[in-house]
Amino acid sequence: MSEGATFFMLGASHHSAPLALREKLALPPEKIAVLRARLGPEAGVRELAVLSTCNRVEFYGVADAAAVTRIEAEFCALQGVAVEEFAVARRHAAGGAAIAHLLSVSAGLDSQLVGENEIFGQVKDAYAAATTGGGAGPVLHRVFQKIFQHAKHIRTHTGVSEGAVSVANVAVELALNIFGKLDATRVLLLGAGDIGEKTAKAFQSRGAAALTVSSRTAERAMTLATELGAAALPWELMPVRLADHDIVVGSTAAPAAVVTAAQAAAAIRSRPSRPLFFIDLALPRDIDPAAADLENVFLYNLDDLARIADANRTAREVEVARARLVVADKSAQLWQQIALRLEADAGTAHNASGAATRPPLAG
Amino acid sequence: MLPNLTDRHWLWLAAACYLAGFALGTLALLRGRRHSRAAMLVALGAGFALQTIGLGLRGRAVQGCPLGNTFELFQFTAWSSASLFLVVGATFRMSLLGYFTAMLAAVLTLVSLAVRDWDAAQRMHIFGTNPWIELHAALAVFSYGVFALLALTSVMFLLRNYSLKSKRVGGWFSFLPSILDLDHIGVRLLGAGVALLTASLAMGAVYWLPHPESVNILKLLTTVAVWLAYAVALGQRLRGVLPDRRLAWACGVLFGAALLSLFAVNSSRHPPLVPAATEAHTP
Repeated sequence: MSEGATFFMLGASHHSAPLALREKLALPPEKIAVLRARLGPEAGVRELAVLSTCNRVEFYGVADAAAVTRIEAEFCALQGVAVEEFAVARRHAAGGAAIAHLLSVSAGLDSQLVGENEIFGQVKDAYAAATTGGGAGPVLHRVFQKIFQHAKHIRTHTGVSEGAVSVANVAVELALNIFGKLDATRVLLLGAGDIGEKTAKAFQSRGAAALTVSSRTAERAMTLATELGAAALPWELMPVRLADHDIVVGSTAAPAAVVTAAQAAAAIRSRPSRPLFFIDLALPRDIDPAAADLENVFLYNLDDLARIADANRTAREVEVARARLVVADKSAQLWQQIALRLEADAGTAHNASGAATRPPLAG
Repeated sequence: MLPNLTDRHWLWLAAACYLAGFALGTLALLRGRRHSRAAMLVALGAGFALQTIGLGLRGRAVQGCPLGNTFELFQFTAWSSASLFLVVGATFRMSLLGYFTAMLAAVLTLVSLAVRDWDAAQRMHIFGTNPWIELHAALAVFSYGVFALLALTSVMFLLRNYSLKSKRVGGWFSFLPSILDLDHIGVRLLGAGVALLTASLAMGAVYWLPHPESVNILKLLTTVAVWLAYAVALGQRLRGVLPDRRLAWACGVLFGAALLSLFAVNSSRHPPLVPAATEAHTP
């Protein structure tokens, strides 16, 4: 092993690279394989894992400074990006700082939407690819396995992932507070507004049993229904079919309420033991505010949802501060173990009169 | 081998466990965290086990089910609630139900232990030699345990409904189960409670109908009134006439009335026939 080799992180993310640059830097799996081949044993990269998502391209591994520079050069050459262009967005860390960064990334603290869970799976995929591709050695195995454990700890023991922070997800969370699970809920989307469509998609992605679209313009209803894989309901039938649905999302551009309190009352009367959840995302409002006074009817408008999202965002910030303390503590502990291992490896290499005792692992 | 403690000592220990569960949940809520489910199960499980020993000693001493005075009735109701939670809570995984159960069990056990008069020096022997009458009484009080749990889920329902209506869904409101889950479990508990109380009254009727002179009218009226009120509530709910929120209020108020009826049931009994068993020791 070459002396001076350490655990490192090199890359760029949404913090430093604009979208246009991230598009150029994105590494699909086939290109990662090419890069591994170029960074063969002679490159001095002992271990290497590549994390490539829509928001970041990052290399984690064990190498000395010269090998890290080589990774950068090969990467830029492969992507057709000038080294100077990459240098503007380039982030590099070594030792404990690199471990802390990987833990922050895995726990969702470095994400664009702080606390999101998807990144954890992406980091796991990157580690799995490094393992099957031969890039992961004893250091990466140890680092990633401990990082997964600590990231889970952070998600479990802090509130970084709690509380939805987008209007659509707040609506889904409220529905869960009412119905428990969504696999038996039927969603009715009124109108074809953008935010309504996003909310309907959020319900679909969380397993809503059925989605129906109704619009004052039949053609638009049909188009959107086809796009969403939903059913279309003629507008004139909407009032009498309200009771067939559990969640009604209002998103029309109508100048006045399209669901009156009387219509809501009639709907709830025919389903007395099952609540009705109105989400009014329209301006002017689609649902008569008086419907909120009805028993078993829950009505939230755009302001209500935005206020909850804001409160959740504020609460998350407090939790992120707590989580960062955990990151600092856990990464320092882990780095102590890794540093000892790297020192022992360097000592073994030195005692062997400068001859590399192990072949480089990259490739 | 169990330590040589009196039944009341075991029951004090059980009460301490329930109180610990309540304190644990309260601390977690104050810190804005969900309490540890495992820790709550341990607290309630330990409380239940210790209370079972205490009530078992009492039962052995009086040679029957320990339902002879207000103290025993409160203890048995708390024991029933805890045992039901250990079954229902594990099945439905309802957050906060353990916390509320620990609170109720702590209150019932501590109050009954604190009021010495409720564990009278002379207790009533109510069962004679007929085991069916003993089962009748045990089922009746066990149904009160079911109604206690129903009252707790009803309170949770009202809190959840309030939070959604007033649009305050953050903080510890976020730990409450969903409206529909609470409604489902409420209806099941109501059905189970009514079924148990119906079975209990049926058993009592078989014995007492041929001997109407042995029935105290106050006891009969209060128990039938409690049973009828719960049965009507269940019927109205199943017919869809009683909205969920009013059902929750009804179940909360009815449990308060059911607890008060225990005093009427107890005071209606015949003069004491057997000595107190408050110093029953572990064998």
